[in-house]
Amino acid sequence: MAAEKILELKGVYKDFDGVSVVEDFNLYVKKGEFVTFLGPSGCGKTTTLRMIAGFEMPTKGEILLNGKDISSIPPHKRPINTVFQRYALFPHLDVYDNVAFGLKLKKINSGKVNKKGEPILRHLTKQEIDKKVNDALKKVDLEEFEYRDIDTLSGGQQQRVAIARAIVNEPEILLLDEPLGALDLKMRKDMQLELKEMHKKLGITFIYVTHDQEEALTLSDTIVVMNDGCIQQIGTPKDIYDEPVNAFVADFIGESNIYSGTIIDDNHVHFLYHKFECVDKFPKNEKVDVVVRPEDVEIMEKDEGILNAKIVSKIFKGVHYEYILMVGKMELMVQDTTSYDVDTEVGIYVKPFNIQIMNKEFKSNQYIGYLDKYNNLILDSGKLECDITQLLKGSHVDEEGYLVGPDGKIYDLTDADVKVEVGLGDIDIEDGEEGEIVGEIISMVYLGDHYRVIVRTEEEEDFVLDTIYTWNEEDRVSVHIAKEKIKLTLTKEIKEYEKA
Amino acid sequence: MVKKILARSYLSLILIIMYAPIALLIVYSFTESTNIGTWSGFSFDLYRQMFANEEIMEALLNTILIAIASSVVSTILGTLGAIGIFYSRRRMKRVLNGITQIPVLNAEIVTAISLTILFVTLGITFNFITLLIGHVVLTIPFVVLSVMPKLQQLDPNMYEAALDLGATPSIALRKVIIPEVLPGVLSGFLLCITLSLDDYIITAFTRNNSFSTLSTYVYGVTAKRGALPPSLRALTTLITILMFIFLLLTNFRKAKAVKN
Repeated sequence: MAAEKILELKGVYKDFDGVSVVEDFNLYVKKGEFVTFLGPSGCGKTTTLRMIAGFEMPTKGEILLNGKDISSIPPHKRPINTVFQRYALFPHLDVYDNVAFGLKLKKINSGKVNKKGEPILRHLTKQEIDKKVNDALKKVDLEEFEYRDIDTLSGGQQQRVAIARAIVNEPEILLLDEPLGALDLKMRKDMQLELKEMHKKLGITFIYVTHDQEEALTLSDTIVVMNDGCIQQIGTPKDIYDEPVNAFVADFIGESNIYSGTIIDDNHVHFLYHKFECVDKFPKNEKVDVVVRPEDVEIMEKDEGILNAKIVSKIFKGVHYEYILMVGKMELMVQDTTSYDVDTEVGIYVKPFNIQIMNKEFKSNQYIGYLDKYNNLILDSGKLECDITQLLKGSHVDEEGYLVGPDGKIYDLTDADVKVEVGLGDIDIEDGEEGEIVGEIISMVYLGDHYRVIVRTEEEEDFVLDTIYTWNEEDRVSVHIAKEKIKLTLTKEIKEYEKA
Repeated sequence: MVKKILARSYLSLILIIMYAPIALLIVYSFTESTNIGTWSGFSFDLYRQMFANEEIMEALLNTILIAIASSVVSTILGTLGAIGIFYSRRRMKRVLNGITQIPVLNAEIVTAISLTILFVTLGITFNFITLLIGHVVLTIPFVVLSVMPKLQQLDPNMYEAALDLGATPSIALRKVIIPEVLPGVLSGFLLCITLSLDDYIITAFTRNNSFSTLSTYVYGVTAKRGALPPSLRALTTLITILMFIFLLLTNFRKAKAVKN
């Protein structure tokens, strides 16, 4: 595959009023490729697409088209066309004029030169436009619709007009911003196949934005999984599905069982209370996240597998049954075509290469905060009680609130900067906005017997925590941390704070 | 049943109070009698008198002239203004929106006096241009207010779609945005005409004294002689009928738009 790079994004950042939307985006796209930006809403995928189209300027970084930086070129001068989410067709024009819109504005080299030897540009002739429009409409199967009003077309037909209007300009890259979002399921499926077919026929590079993982898997040559402005993983659909790099990708793409595990040795990992054979190499005793796809779990007779589990729920899904099994307190989702009864005790086996092991993203929360004069920790504009005697061995706090060392020296820690460390299990969250630190749940991943929740405050501080309770994304919660669970270290030497 | 009758009669009463004086004027415009109340036989004489009265005719022409001129200027400026406001940044948008709506809420007399003070301070003698400025100030917010909803209804990506297809910002404006908001522009224009036609206060303050419109003419005549000259009955009838036709036209346009 020696195809040339048509588009390259290098270190692209985008901020809106100081809030970072896209961070350090690096990607190259090969000519003729079908690339999909996949992620939940608000992950920065559409903003990235808009920067490629030219509607937004990157705050930092370069966008190279055929090796030339285009990040400051206005959209109307870029050989890139876009199919918009809600089509953005021009309702005052009929189908023909919508498709011809770009062609009528286009100027091409007439082959003649003026006195200075510069080529003379000319508009396309009526016949040329006619031919191109008819060709484009034929490609999207709308030959008979030229003189129809936009309002009289169905959603799917409008979609096709939007595609025809874009491809008629023969762009080097076609951008599609959730183009199937407004269609019903059946129509989506049909259009997916048609888009794929069209991509093959036209040979144009497609960049596609969607939050639908199935759509991304069906259509793409390459998927770029994004979350929170950052690229999580770039790879073929198979790579992304089989070898997710972290729990977010595993959870977002397809169904998955995710557990916390520990590496025993080069070939074994411990999770679900049992030792499993695996193929991924990680340092010994490393805490890791383990992913097992529901279809990769094999059900067998009791005691014949690696472990035994009890079926607690069974749902018929058409092609297969979806079971929920309990292994101790842990849940395991399994897809299998054989029917088993609920409450049956069965054996479970997973092939070593079907166990995907990933680095744990978060092992603890780390922040920078400072102390106020009452020895409270100020973190993210919220006030937390903490124990400052841990900063100096053998110390205690006197009546006036100063820290007294074992040698009798007195320290005034007002406004002292501290590094704060809090474990994932040491944070509690509570409904409502009463607490000192309030935020919104931005992510929730099920890890077999508990959830890993990320709470983000308005100041963009993230609190990652484990909880057994079910919450919802976008819930507003207040964050509580017990006094004794807050681990503090001073950023400077303690003698700097000695009271004169 | 009683409730229904009461409701009906209340409504009728209000309508009668509102329209009886106008109806009376219309009826008595078709008789020569100087006093309303005495019917001296059907005649078009008042209309003949009106059309023969050069002062009235001049005022009528002036009124139409200033209405059309100010409406054209307001519509162009107001439409561009609305587009400008719509595509501004959020905070700017709120400020600009507020500023354009002040003249709507403001008492007309305040606008009129402040304009007069401005012109006098700048040493400008009152002429057609000052009057035009006065009427534009009066009507422009209404254009903005009628174009804005149309802009809000647009697909948010419409303008970008035009740029994407190779249109420069000015072509995108002319070929996509303006045609899309045209219905709002037209109703803004019609609103301007009606506002300008019957305006008295701003006209009185910003006109040159030799230039009279219907409203200033009528006021002038009644102030001098204390009584309405009979031919004004014909004039008011004419204006009422014109306004009525105008109203029908706008409503018809609206009904058509709803149907589409």
